[in-house]
Amino acid sequence: MERDLVIIGGGPAGLAAAVAAYDAGVHDVLVIEREAKPGGVLKQCIHNGFGLTRFKESMTGPEYAARFVKETQARGIEIMTNTFVVDLTADKTVTCRNESGIFTVRAKAVILAMGCRERSKGALNIAGTRPAGLFSAGTAQKFVNVYGLLPGKRVVILGSGDIGLIMARRLTLEGAKVECVCEIMPHSSGLRRNIAQCLDDFGIPLYLEHTVTEIHGKERVEGVTIMRVDEQKQPVEGTERYVPCDTVLFSVGLIPENELTKRAGIALDPRTKGAFVDGSRETQAEGIFACGNVLHVHDLVDFVSEEAEIAGIGAAEYIRGGQRAKEYVPAAAGENVTYVLPQRVDASAQRVQKIYFRVRSVMRNAVIKVQAGAYEKRIRKPAVAPGEMEHILLPAGVCGGVKEVRIDVLAAEE
Amino acid sequence: MFDAIIIGGGVIGAMCARELTAYRLKVAVAEAADDVCAGASKANSGIVHAGFDAPCGSKKAKFNVEGNRRMEQVCKELGVRYENNGSLVVAHGAEEEQKLRELYERGLENGVTGLQILDKTALARLEENLAEDVTSGLYAPTGGIVCPFQLTIAAIGNAMDNGAQLFPSFAVCAAKRTESGWQIAAKDGRVLEGKVVLNCAGYGSAQVARLFGDASFEIRARKGEYMLLDKSCKGFVRHTVFGLPTAAGKGVLVSPTADGNILVGPTSVEEDTYDTSVRREGFDQIREKADAMLKNIPYREVITSFAGVRAYSSRHDFIIGESEYAEGLFHAAGIESPGLTASPAIGRYLAEAVADRLHAKKNAEFHPERKSAEWFRQLSREAQNEIIRKESAYGRIVCRCEEVTLGEILQALRQNPRAHTIDGVKLRTRAGMGRCQGGFCQPSVFNLLMKEYGYRAEEVTKNGGKSFVITGGEI
Repeated sequence: MERDLVIIGGGPAGLAAAVAAYDAGVHDVLVIEREAKPGGVLKQCIHNGFGLTRFKESMTGPEYAARFVKETQARGIEIMTNTFVVDLTADKTVTCRNESGIFTVRAKAVILAMGCRERSKGALNIAGTRPAGLFSAGTAQKFVNVYGLLPGKRVVILGSGDIGLIMARRLTLEGAKVECVCEIMPHSSGLRRNIAQCLDDFGIPLYLEHTVTEIHGKERVEGVTIMRVDEQKQPVEGTERYVPCDTVLFSVGLIPENELTKRAGIALDPRTKGAFVDGSRETQAEGIFACGNVLHVHDLVDFVSEEAEIAGIGAAEYIRGGQRAKEYVPAAAGENVTYVLPQRVDASAQRVQKIYFRVRSVMRNAVIKVQAGAYEKRIRKPAVAPGEMEHILLPAGVCGGVKEVRIDVLAAEE
Repeated sequence: MFDAIIIGGGVIGAMCARELTAYRLKVAVAEAADDVCAGASKANSGIVHAGFDAPCGSKKAKFNVEGNRRMEQVCKELGVRYENNGSLVVAHGAEEEQKLRELYERGLENGVTGLQILDKTALARLEENLAEDVTSGLYAPTGGIVCPFQLTIAAIGNAMDNGAQLFPSFAVCAAKRTESGWQIAAKDGRVLEGKVVLNCAGYGSAQVARLFGDASFEIRARKGEYMLLDKSCKGFVRHTVFGLPTAAGKGVLVSPTADGNILVGPTSVEEDTYDTSVRREGFDQIREKADAMLKNIPYREVITSFAGVRAYSSRHDFIIGESEYAEGLFHAAGIESPGLTASPAIGRYLAEAVADRLHAKKNAEFHPERKSAEWFRQLSREAQNEIIRKESAYGRIVCRCEEVTLGEILQALRQNPRAHTIDGVKLRTRAGMGRCQGGFCQPSVFNLLMKEYGYRAEEVTKNGGKSFVITGGEI
């Protein structure tokens, strides 16, 4: 099979990329989705708050997904469901498996939109037993929201990622008692609004600089030992506390699912754990683009959609043989910045370029400093946090001839 | 009335069962847990040891070397992943090199073939990530790796295909002599009668022996903790790399697994009870020893950690053969390392002894082969397409990390011995054993179990007993 554009993944990123590519003039688009229905993880995110930034209205996850599914349907874009991509090569050959067999699709351009997975409890080397009742937060979410089953009645949550926070509220609303949320860092990795709405409103304690050090119970979880940690994240002796529970949820990070990207030999940024991309979200493999959580983990789906559109337009321009950037300027993560994305920007761009970044630690009265050669801009922010992605807008024409674009986050001088 | 009852559905019981069904014998397997492969057989290094470590003249040495020779053939018949990757024992400096030579000599005496002591340069050609201060190593080309769960499950499955009957959740609590042999009773009141009984009860084997009036040995527990690294680390080591053995065992090893991961461990902790919990300090102990052998071990890629229990005997050797105190009771007890390697040889030895006792003839209908859990993935793409056209379930991926299809899971639910728990499916198919540790596929496997067995949601367990997955009920 030969197609102009193949998009791997029919979640929010893949769907938005498909619509944008179509509207940019590429109509031969195939979206490949491994599950039975498009929408990705949004299908199980039945809480609201999606779309506030982008559409100025609050939708549930399924509603947000449905909006994009409808857009693809209106354009007659093909979504091939129950289809699993088993291989991808740098020359844009996509090998798939579904109930009709194993087949390859040759594409002019590919957009990677495979999303991310939860870091598993197994990766944490927690002491103790391995009984039933240990769930990744997202797995528990699927049991509750898709299957209508409550995993347990007395819950401890390790990690204050957004899914964990959302599940703290969800389980409470369904009658479970959430004993506490433990976060090893001195700050939550979740959105501030989720801490307020999911924990504070329900009186669920958040223990910062605390972790679960041991799991107890033989057949089903019976409790956990929690301990305070020091600055090196090492448990502090004498702070042990036993918390009885029948369920433990782990919300300890999301990892972009880049197994296919690696198979295609595409270089990954160790900081984002996604591909290195330019402003159009093209990876270092020509004609292969990436967007959404496979590129870097977002906290708001609104930004996923936005990024997917950039990738969709970029892929369409590539297929149509349009103007392509010839020169790039690296974008650098400076002081108190974990990563920037894209990692390189178009030197000769005649448009505004948006650069996303994450800060390393919580800071009040921060100043974001953007520098590109002679161009310098300072933006004041009342507060920044690692759990909330930030961005700056780079005006057209400031990158010509400069060595790098650098973003620092500094403390404001009073 | 059975001819032979095997107590224990671990790898030893499994191999005994399989070998016994090669005779015209009625065979039963009584397993205390809900599923087979529930003890040491599911948490060990998965190594097919060459046999240089066991003391000369010991049962360990004899059955190790013999088991090693038979393993490849057994795995071929049962469709079990096995690889003859070779093993290395590394030494640092003169003192350890002396011990290496002792090991080499012992290996020769045990009948291990192909042993070679290699210098640093020769070692570097075999493994590129050895620690800088490793000075020489013992290379054993007959060392291998095998998937221990597949081996156990496939051997029991094959025995069942050949007529053996499996009694899961049969925790033996009493034994009494009958006219023709023994009657054993389970805690729930069920009884089984057999002419002979094979005690393959692992950690429980001393307790079982006592039920028969044999108190001649004790079984103790020595725990071993492990870390398992993601398949993305494949190639970090190709051989099984050991440090020098000590009194406490073969020590920490770093090895590829037959499934393509990298395994680091085990520790060695004496325990009073059968305890598979992992200790915080265990991880440090593993790292310290592993780092002495290899540099830059990618610990960041750990996907799970677990512990297994070595059930070793007070005699510090395998106890194999008929009890001196209970006629018709045959022991395979104290089977610590190299038990997995030795299992095909122990199975054959005991089956021959039992057949001899019962004057059993060979079973002409015995079929040594079993449809492998892997048969589908070993086919060419064309052949897979052929299958998918007929059975579309093989076109559906359920576990994305290990790329396990619905067809393979249905096979695990329906093939002897049928999986009926989440872990049962995992051990048979690898669904949930990959980098996301079941995060994505567990709900799907859960659903398939409900559908296949008509379970209510609250009845699905992780690994039997009261290990219920859902305890909060329906919403």
